[in-house]
Amino acid sequence: MKLPTFLREFGIPRLLIAVFLAVLFAVAVATHMDLRGLISDSIVRVGRNGILVLALLPAIQGGIGLNFGLPLGIICGLVGAVISLNAGVQGIAGIGMATGIGIALAIPAGAGYGWLLNRTRGQEMMVGTYLGFAIVSMMSVFWLLAPFTNPTLVWAIGGRGLRTTLSLGGIYDKVLDRWLEFTVAGVRVPGGTLVVFLGLCFLVWLFFRTRMGITIAAARSSTRFARAAGISDERTRVQATILSTVLSAIGIVVFSQSYGFVQLYTAPLLMAFPAIACILIGGASVTRATIGHVLVGTFLFQSILTVALPVTSQVIQGDISETARLIIQNGMILYALTRTART
Amino acid sequence: MTPPIAAGDPALELRSIIKEYDANRVLKGVSLSVREGEIHALVGENGAGKSTLMNILFGMPVIWETGGYEGEILLGGKPVTFHSPAAAMEAGIGMVHQEFMLLPGFRVAENIKLNREPTLPNAASRVLGAKLESVDVPKMRADARRALDSVGLGIDEWVPVAGLPVGHMQFIEIAREVDKANLKLLIFDEPTAVLTETDAEKLLAIMRDLAKKGHAILFITHRLDEVLAVADRITVLRDGEVVGTPDPKATTVARIAELMVGRPAAVTAQRRFFAPSTEPVIAVEHLKVDMPGERVDDVSLAVRQGEILGIGGLAGHGKLGIANGIMGLYPAWGRVIFGEKLYPLNEPRQALERGLAFVSEDRRGVGLLPEESIELNIALSALEAQGRFLHPFPLQPLRLLNHGAMRAHALEMIRSLDIRTTGPAQQVRRLSGGNQQKVCVARAMTLQPRLLFVSEPTRGIDVGAKELVLEVLRRLNRDKDVTLVVTSSELAELRAICDRVAIVYRGKIAAILPPDAPDAAFGLAMAGESAQAA
Repeated sequence: MKLPTFLREFGIPRLLIAVFLAVLFAVAVATHMDLRGLISDSIVRVGRNGILVLALLPAIQGGIGLNFGLPLGIICGLVGAVISLNAGVQGIAGIGMATGIGIALAIPAGAGYGWLLNRTRGQEMMVGTYLGFAIVSMMSVFWLLAPFTNPTLVWAIGGRGLRTTLSLGGIYDKVLDRWLEFTVAGVRVPGGTLVVFLGLCFLVWLFFRTRMGITIAAARSSTRFARAAGISDERTRVQATILSTVLSAIGIVVFSQSYGFVQLYTAPLLMAFPAIACILIGGASVTRATIGHVLVGTFLFQSILTVALPVTSQVIQGDISETARLIIQNGMILYALTRTART
Repeated sequence: MTPPIAAGDPALELRSIIKEYDANRVLKGVSLSVREGEIHALVGENGAGKSTLMNILFGMPVIWETGGYEGEILLGGKPVTFHSPAAAMEAGIGMVHQEFMLLPGFRVAENIKLNREPTLPNAASRVLGAKLESVDVPKMRADARRALDSVGLGIDEWVPVAGLPVGHMQFIEIAREVDKANLKLLIFDEPTAVLTETDAEKLLAIMRDLAKKGHAILFITHRLDEVLAVADRITVLRDGEVVGTPDPKATTVARIAELMVGRPAAVTAQRRFFAPSTEPVIAVEHLKVDMPGERVDDVSLAVRQGEILGIGGLAGHGKLGIANGIMGLYPAWGRVIFGEKLYPLNEPRQALERGLAFVSEDRRGVGLLPEESIELNIALSALEAQGRFLHPFPLQPLRLLNHGAMRAHALEMIRSLDIRTTGPAQQVRRLSGGNQQKVCVARAMTLQPRLLFVSEPTRGIDVGAKELVLEVLRRLNRDKDVTLVVTSSELAELRAICDRVAIVYRGKIAAILPPDAPDAAFGLAMAGESAQAA
């Protein structure tokens, strides 16, 4: 069966999901729902999740594949956030401190992760998954035992150990979302968060046009070519892993401020999966991804999550949004893995 | 083991086999037959079409995925078409592989009888079918014993294969094939490549023995002395054609070698003279390179400033290992003086930084990034090793690509090398072989090397485009004063462009000859039958 070229390039799964999203919006209109609110919520969630999706791009470009070890960088960002909260730094300064500490931790963590991936070549995705699980469990102990003292953070009874969810209300809740916030035709747009997300997209795009970025991509394309050109592909893989880990550390801080809460303990456990589904829906494969894939995929997937809940509860008096999320998310990951096996 | 039906009946007949890959004709009507009780040797250089022929005979999927083949195969007088290796084996073709197809954790007898185990019915199998019958161990051991004895291997049939010497594994493979009851044709594909000399001799003796018992044997090898030692008939392939069927009793190794590489149409080179005292640009002493299949044992060589040195020899003797070793792509030992300085081996980066460049024989794997654009492919090595085509920025690794400079350079190269393309942004994958090779040469030129290694410059390129690529190399040498070391399986092209041709035999330089030396001198050198000449 030959499909028209534009259809093949757009990709069948992407098309199906776009159609599904269009249907959801159509139902929303037909049932007189608050369309502006839905669109606004979608945009908020794109900004909230975008950087975590972007964090996957360097890993794919560097030849590591889908970075299931995203929780590693997320943990680094969370440690940064908790330290800044413990110190009581507020507003942009707090976000800056959280990000700064997160990056400082993510660089050595990413380097170690990259080293590990070089020793387990060919099984990056599995190793990443297990590493993510292991780190999250290890850090659960840390959250419980770490000597944080700020009474707003620790359990009220006993006074030791961090709470599972820390509210950012009055500290830096939605600081970026509100910065540069504007309204178009009744749709509220969180300007600051989008600016940060798109700015990072631009920087990553720029990075892959620098000497280092070109080298990383070349080593991914052909190990033997890279060796002949004097490139150590072990080094480029570590560089790509560090970049991915650093971006996910930034990503979780931006996510938290937009969400309004810092979630600890097992919350980061499954965070890699929706992000991976996003970039795959955007059209990326295990070996190739672009900024465009990040943008399109984040928009499609996050919009579906936003719109599905209110629309379905309106129509069938029940909630299929969580079910739809799991089907789309895991189905998409499976689909992408079957594609790589063939090529 | 089948007794010979009637000695001399053809067990296998190939009739005008034609095979094309993407309009590139790799077999141009090959016919040959193997009779029962004879050893038929099939020889030819890499790329002559031997592997394609074996793939067809063995029903490999790659043949069917690329449009099948034309011609007819007769096995035991009956026309056959194999769509899978399993079908070929079922029909009675046995193959002794270059790489061993043995399960290391299984015992010798289990390997020999794998999937053909003699079985006895038991209670479960009576109810649930023959798949559950128990293995008849005594019979299995007896069968394996008989097969092992027939190949003269005295080892216990009940030991695991893992840990046995390489030579033994080869013989177990043969025993497994011989044990098959319906065996009609036995193919030996480079069986002696991994064996020691004594084991190789033993193997040849067993082949002769098997032929005497009536087996038809097709023997594929690069080692021509072995061919003369055992073959009853010889077929020489070159460029997908049968170029000769010399009688083994009346021919010499040198004569076969000549047939394999082809006569030069005409020696067109104007031979230039470089006095031996001319300062060598690179001097290699006792180079040893561990490149699988192309091992270099002990090569000493001096390349003179401004010359084109050719490196020839039959496949597997190490001619390709020399350039790969010096460029640091395979582990190498020895002493190399380049530009009057000691040159460090095993450091690919150093090679590029010191002014060496390499156009690899493996275009798709090492030479190119097929998915990337022409311009990036041309610029990449210089960008990486020399930091060119970048905008200034204080942090070296974060310097941005200067797209304009890269494009301008690519356009210049496309013009001067006459690369046929729709534009510098076109994917390299979409170019023809000849144009891809020009992109490789362009990248090497961009490095502005003092010394350029070019391996197999015309392999897999249409005949018409070959001349163009050679002309590019010649101009590079004359106009840009780049010293060239060209390695090629095609002696004719070496003789057409080189000032001297070194012939490699068993990992050593057998002779360095002028390009207008007589054919016989080259033939002898490739057969290792000449002392240091010229």
